[in-house]
Amino acid sequence: MSVLVSILAIGGFLCLFRIYQGPSISDRAVGVDIMGVLFVGITGLSALYYDLPYLIDLSISLALFSFIGTIALAKYLEKRSLDD
Amino acid sequence: MISTIGWIIIWVGVLFDLLGAIGLLRFPDVYNRLQASTKCVTLGTLGIMIGIFLIKGFSPMGIKALICGAVLLLTSPVAAHALMKGSLHFGTKMWKGTIIDNYGVDKLGGEQIEQDEK
Repeated sequence: MSVLVSILAIGGFLCLFRIYQGPSISDRAVGVDIMGVLFVGITGLSALYYDLPYLIDLSISLALFSFIGTIALAKYLEKRSLDD
Repeated sequence: MISTIGWIIIWVGVLFDLLGAIGLLRFPDVYNRLQASTKCVTLGTLGIMIGIFLIKGFSPMGIKALICGAVLLLTSPVAAHALMKGSLHFGTKMWKGTIIDNYGVDKLGGEQIEQDEK
């Protein structure tokens, strides 16, 4: 189990490197999106390890908030207002 | 038996997640990065959720894991598509080895160019 979470954490560090180094703002937005989905996987694995069902609720809400944040970033990149 | 299949699916999902993160790091262009990492990471995290469902069965945790997988499967490609369109409108440069760009041709009035060629 610790090996699985470690592999996901290494993926998160690779995303952090992309966010730090990314040549344009789009690369940083992509890194934030992918890192959110990786954190959903980490919370799911911790729910399985500790046998706590409410961590899956955290996982669902994290997925939804990551989606909303990515949509907001995409609208910002498209130079539209948020209520358009 | 079903638990073993669930653990195998979780391992495959985690390895797909790692492959997606490596693709995000190594590809040369924002569009290639999106294309590589979003598919891998969506399939990987969906695999983790399906593995949790197979291990836990029809308990509250399994059902919630299945709902989380459905949410991921619905939202992640939509977010990737929105980011791709936003990057195109923002004017992010493509890789210099790009062969074809139909969206840019359409934006410059590609129909007229094609009619002139005919």
